[in-house]
Amino acid sequence: MYVAVKGGEAAIDNAHRLLAERRRGDPAVPELTVAQIREQMSLLVDRVMAEGSLYDPDLAALALKQARGDVVEAVFLVRAYRTTLPRFGASVPVETGAMAVDRRVSATFKDMPGGQVLGPTFDYTHRLIDFALAAAGEPEPAAEAEPGPDAALCPRVTDILGQAGLLEASPPEAGAPVGDLTREAVDFPADRAVRLQALARGDEGFVLALGYSTQRGYGRTHPFVGEIRCGTVAVEFVPEELGFSVPLGDVPLTECQMVNQFHGSGDVPPQFTRGYGLVFGQGERKAMAMALVDRSLRASELGEAVGAPAQDQEFVLAHCDSLQATGFVEHLKLPHYVDFQAELELVRRLRAEHAAARAQGDAPIREAAE
Amino acid sequence: MALRPGFADPVHDAQAVFRAALDALSRPARVRPLPTALAPPAPLSPELAALALALADADTPLWLDPPLAGSDDVAAFLRFHTGAPLTADPAEAAFALIADPARCPDFAAFARGAPDYPDRSATLILALRHLDDAAGPAFAGPGIRGRARIDAGPVPADWAGRLAENAAAFPLGIDLILTAPGRIAGLPRAARLLQPAEA
Amino acid sequence: MALAGAATLAELRAALSDAGLPDRAEDLRAPETGLVMTRGRIGGDGRAFNLGEATVTRAAVRLPGGETGFAYHLGRDRPKARLAAILDAHWQNPAHRPAVEAALGAVADRRAGAARARARRAAATRVNFFTLVRGED
Repeated sequence: MYVAVKGGEAAIDNAHRLLAERRRGDPAVPELTVAQIREQMSLLVDRVMAEGSLYDPDLAALALKQARGDVVEAVFLVRAYRTTLPRFGASVPVETGAMAVDRRVSATFKDMPGGQVLGPTFDYTHRLIDFALAAAGEPEPAAEAEPGPDAALCPRVTDILGQAGLLEASPPEAGAPVGDLTREAVDFPADRAVRLQALARGDEGFVLALGYSTQRGYGRTHPFVGEIRCGTVAVEFVPEELGFSVPLGDVPLTECQMVNQFHGSGDVPPQFTRGYGLVFGQGERKAMAMALVDRSLRASELGEAVGAPAQDQEFVLAHCDSLQATGFVEHLKLPHYVDFQAELELVRRLRAEHAAARAQGDAPIREAAE
Repeated sequence: MALRPGFADPVHDAQAVFRAALDALSRPARVRPLPTALAPPAPLSPELAALALALADADTPLWLDPPLAGSDDVAAFLRFHTGAPLTADPAEAAFALIADPARCPDFAAFARGAPDYPDRSATLILALRHLDDAAGPAFAGPGIRGRARIDAGPVPADWAGRLAENAAAFPLGIDLILTAPGRIAGLPRAARLLQPAEA
Repeated sequence: MALAGAATLAELRAALSDAGLPDRAEDLRAPETGLVMTRGRIGGDGRAFNLGEATVTRAAVRLPGGETGFAYHLGRDRPKARLAAILDAHWQNPAHRPAVEAALGAVADRRAGAARARARRAAATRVNFFTLVRGED
């Protein structure tokens, strides 16, 4: 029997009001401002921008406030907002070699032009809770030093290795249209450009776990961090009506160049292969994991056996988006009364048949039921 | 050259034109009004301009027929108001604007999609002098109850043959939006030209 | 245009009044917020790929004298985009160009100062290796 029902409008309205009250928390505690979230929860804001696939720190901070700090919900808000805007076009590809670096380290070369610049990193902290932070107070100002003569010149480490032929070159620009998964459904096998777009907006936890799995043996790639750099790059855009490039402003990015081993083939002399990661903001863990998974997804291109999850394009690309994942998982809590009613009827009937068969001592059905 | 203004109310004007185009394509071969206050540079007609502004953007290359392509003012107007790249290759175009429909290039010059993606095809927008649904060749197909007639002019001499060929390639093919001053009608690829015996 | 994009709304208002220029202009295109797809390159220097979008606001104006000005910058600040376009239009007029450039000088100074301070802080975190023991030789 099918029973159509409606209702719940008042309950929904009141649920929204309750949600707003809970979001605000104890009114005796001062309310957060968007600027406070943007400035003091900046890595969280960066994560929402990376996974929301939209650079706009104020918007990401506002989304976090509205989402009570839930990253996936904030990503949902940001993605929904972007669908309301027209797209003016695509930028000129950013030049990460010209980045104004805040941080730049290499695990493969100690000495390189521009040096090892630690920047604002957690790496060498002791991970001890700083109870002094519980009280208000300004930190001591950061130290300053005169930048070295080579500081403005920070070539990518991969460019240095590449010159010696030890490292495979980046795939050359052919001027072909750049695949965009927000415009066209992903076809498999997916182009590397589309894979990188998917990974850049992919869920950090998922991409991190996949990267980790490759290190634990599920599709080993023997990675080294060639370089990680964080800082700002200028973004330029060529409006159709002007025909020349205009600077839009500076965007903070994190880039990771992973250098991986490869034993050569009949055609290619032994050289290191590469994986690449690039994300909005300061997102080192994400950029590194992205570079690991990018390299793993190149397995078939490089003639390696494809078996591990991180090497399976369809598995990775179809499951890395937090919004798609949450949508499908969370839809299960919406009313399925009719579906479930049908299953209930079926189970009741099977149980009745089962009981009847048992009463008659019908062995095959009893086995099937077990 | 002074750049002519676009829609006075970009959001609502574009939505109204979009709605007219949607209605035209979902109820083929039926003429409906397309009012517009645009005053684009000649030889771009106000109707072609309105559809271009409503439909084209940076992701949809525009092809202009020779009379339109010959005007720098038209190119500047379309670039400024749509942001769409102008292409000289009709096969690249998402939309083709045709001010001289009697010399409309062969449909084979335009993209007609692929079996996996029949949507990757061109929509041709024609500026006609004459557009009337009281007479003319008859069409049948989805969105048409029984049959519908459309009389459009001027069109190339082999127009009927082209339409028949286009419909026969379904699901591939191009879609046509026909305009005349103040009016619009659609002939999507699914609209099948009836032979005189069927009509 | 780079300077105007990096300026705050207040800085642009100040620049226009410091240059003694009017803010009267006709909108060729009302200020509008949209998206630009930011692209990177595979490996930093290879084929382009789509990294993610950024909000961008643009405006286009025409001054009573006929000069046209454009603005495109990151963010969603429409009044700022319009003012930036007005400054760009005044800058197109050679007679007003020096005044516009001078008025934006404060923005340029602030930007250069911020970049310098950032570079100095980064430089203080640069590692200076020294050799403890050298093996073999």
